[in-house]
Amino acid sequence: MRVKSKNSRLEKHHIENLVGRIYMSFCVLLLVVIIVSMVYFVASKGIANFVNGEVKISEFLLGTKWAPEADTPSYGAFPFISGSFLVTLLAALIASPLSICAALFMTEIVPGWGKKLLQPVIELLSGIPSVVYGFVGLSVIVPFLRDTLPGQGIGVAAGALVLSVMILPTITSVAADALASLPQNLKESSFALGATRWQTISRVILPTTFPAIMTGVVLGMARAFGEALAVQMVIGNAPFIPHSLFESASTLTSVITLGMGNTTMGSPQNNALWSMALVLMLMTFVFVLLVRMLERRNKI
Amino acid sequence: MKPRTADKVATAVIVTFALLIVAILISLLGYILIRGMNHISWDFLTSAPQKIRAGGGVGPQLFNSLFLLVLTLIITVPLGLGAGIFMAEYARPGKLTNFIRLVVEVLSSFPSIIVGLFGLLLIVNTFNLGFSLISGALALTFFNLPLMVRITEQAFRTVPKQQKEAGFALGLSKWKIVTSVLLPVALPTIITGTILSAGRVFGEAAALMFTAGMSSPRLDFSNWNPLSPSSPLNPFRPAETLAVHIWKVNSEGLAPDALQIAAGASAVLVLTVLIFNLAARYFGRFIYRKLTASKRMN
Amino acid sequence: MQFRKSWIMALALTSVVALSACGNGGNKATTNNGGNTPAATNTESGSGAKLSGSILASGSTALQPLVEQVAESFMNANAGVDIQVQGGGSGTGLTQVSEKQVDIGNSDVFAEEKLKDAAKAAELVDHQVAVVAIAAVSNPAAGVDSLTKQQLVDIFTGKITNWKDVGGADQAIQIINRPASSGTRATFESFALGTKTEDQKGSIQEDSSGTVKKMIGETPGAIGYLALSYLDDSVKTLNYDGVEPSVDNVIAGKYPVWAYEHMYTNGEPNETVKAFLDYFLTDEVQTGDVVELGYIPASKMQVSRDVAGTVTPK
Repeated sequence: MRVKSKNSRLEKHHIENLVGRIYMSFCVLLLVVIIVSMVYFVASKGIANFVNGEVKISEFLLGTKWAPEADTPSYGAFPFISGSFLVTLLAALIASPLSICAALFMTEIVPGWGKKLLQPVIELLSGIPSVVYGFVGLSVIVPFLRDTLPGQGIGVAAGALVLSVMILPTITSVAADALASLPQNLKESSFALGATRWQTISRVILPTTFPAIMTGVVLGMARAFGEALAVQMVIGNAPFIPHSLFESASTLTSVITLGMGNTTMGSPQNNALWSMALVLMLMTFVFVLLVRMLERRNKI
Repeated sequence: MKPRTADKVATAVIVTFALLIVAILISLLGYILIRGMNHISWDFLTSAPQKIRAGGGVGPQLFNSLFLLVLTLIITVPLGLGAGIFMAEYARPGKLTNFIRLVVEVLSSFPSIIVGLFGLLLIVNTFNLGFSLISGALALTFFNLPLMVRITEQAFRTVPKQQKEAGFALGLSKWKIVTSVLLPVALPTIITGTILSAGRVFGEAAALMFTAGMSSPRLDFSNWNPLSPSSPLNPFRPAETLAVHIWKVNSEGLAPDALQIAAGASAVLVLTVLIFNLAARYFGRFIYRKLTASKRMN
Repeated sequence: MQFRKSWIMALALTSVVALSACGNGGNKATTNNGGNTPAATNTESGSGAKLSGSILASGSTALQPLVEQVAESFMNANAGVDIQVQGGGSGTGLTQVSEKQVDIGNSDVFAEEKLKDAAKAAELVDHQVAVVAIAAVSNPAAGVDSLTKQQLVDIFTGKITNWKDVGGADQAIQIINRPASSGTRATFESFALGTKTEDQKGSIQEDSSGTVKKMIGETPGAIGYLALSYLDDSVKTLNYDGVEPSVDNVIAGKYPVWAYEHMYTNGEPNETVKAFLDYFLTDEVQTGDVVELGYIPASKMQVSRDVAGTVTPK
């Protein structure tokens, strides 16, 4: 009797565990399926032009002339690739010092109310939708740049500024986490040696947390690289490598949003846009890889 | 420079930059809300948009955004829970776990435009669901799912070990422990995280332009049969959300008050995100208080 | 461990294969369905045929507001008909109609210009429902009323870079162009410039008319082109070779920069779709919705134009 009840209980356990396992395996498997099919579909579209000999890979990656509707069309995407990198780097250059200072403010200068003040600010900034950023960029930053600086306001500088505000929260929150997780005794021993706060920050805190802070910067860059609408609204979208920061240029994302609806599936121009999407996707892998490398360094 | 002076200068710089960020946010919010607020009225929030005349509203768009959010969460939450529980409670350290973690990471860093394009290719064209709410919800699922997985995993990791051990001592199966002991404890954190991620879904535009479409057919708000094409609940109709509407009005709007509509819609969008944010905070604090209080009672 | 890993990978692979397989299946199914259009039923009740069924249209965002408006009044008159109008751009519309995913593909350009596969383009039946005319516009401060064709070509090819060279103020010219894939740009280049132009360095490209108008109005020395329905006092409309871009001049064939708005069907349309397209060409619509939304009635045109651009008086 007792044996039987134990058996049935075990059986019940078994079934419960099995149901749970099947459910979870399904969820995890779905994640894998989504990512594999995403890579598969984007890649198969992205390499179509190269496979059927319409465009050479070298011409696509390094060509500087984008004239898909010309009588002898050319599909050079280098201006867009370089444009994407340019605005991303600029945005990171503007946002990183600001974010690191904000993180220091929250954790080192006034840990109490500094965090109370900045934490919600950062969360709100990250919650504002990107179309709203684009809208504000177009109606505030562009006229401001046009009136104060050379050029027409629209251009690389406007794009980089909009992006830098968008990635501020990403970098700040990662950097603040890194600073907060620093062992207290490290700081205390520095202060005990008679170092000022700035000496402690610049010689002890920042060097030790550098890889972790860089993780935040890379994550921010990944977001900037893939942002589409806000950039497209303010960058000007001329298919050239800009000579100055106040000149109109394009990014991969802005060309894709402009051209996707106007071209027919399967045409070489449409396939070229998919190739750009593939470049975007590959860059995402690079960013993830960078983050992983930095995290590994951080652990040591 | 003497160390003391350097210290003072550096502190000043850090404080200035930190305050600058606060100033940016305040002016950003101020600009959006002040420009948009005087355009917001009950009429604006409920009436349909006008094509060429002034005075159109954003009623259908607001409804679409909320409905799409609900659809997305219905799909995402169960899937995210399952995968998150696996990562927190079942996955043993090793190559497989590492691989899944990489998948989650990559999926969450894909640009939303890639998600949108993939949705266009697979859901809209290949599965022939067309530009529809369901296509949009599936696309949003793709990028909300990794977030849900992370939220769930983190929430489960914060549950004290004793709870699990107590469950084992009672002779419960592992799955039973997960669902009836750990899940209730992790739930507040999960709900807070979900509300925060909902804000992100609510403001998304790039992924939806290619999947949910940029048109809003006439809706009959007295028709609640989900199979009827003019019913607001029909998931197979095209639906323009608030964020997409801002984009469209800004770029193609023929109405004379297009700019004001964009400003008003932006304000509505930001306000909604603000409400989500506050709700998440308030809810988190409320649950925390309730939990700590109940502990004291025991 | 080894076993489990390979098991997962194998499953992932098979599911991807299954995914793509079921994708193909989906396509086939829709081809059979003819884009979810149930055959229109015709109850011969004598006085008038009662229509039913659903119509799905997608494509040009420039044409979308008109089709939506006309669809609304058509649905009011025919309770059994349901019409959905989606955007997506001319390219999307043409792709989807030639794949039979939609019943009507809206386009700003002839299908032959977009679809590289001539056989696919030949399957499509053209229905020209309206005309859109495009005018060159400048920032009001440029100080110029009219430009000749040659002056426009020189400006858009970068030979003229200052307004004073065409009789205006001493102000550098800022080109606000459209992306290469744009139908509006194709129309402007074919009929105003007569030549394809290469993008000029420093030019700004926007796809949407609203943004183009805003930019031209705000940017000193800006030049661009807009459909007549977008024109207002914030920008200066330029005469072309001395001809004013007005609706009357377009109808009379005096102003050449215009293009048809097309609604393509794949093969001859079924009864419901045909009734809808016919309704488009009735006087009620052509002088009503079409004019109200800023388009020019196709039925009023005194000239017609074919794919090659040859204009013949009607």
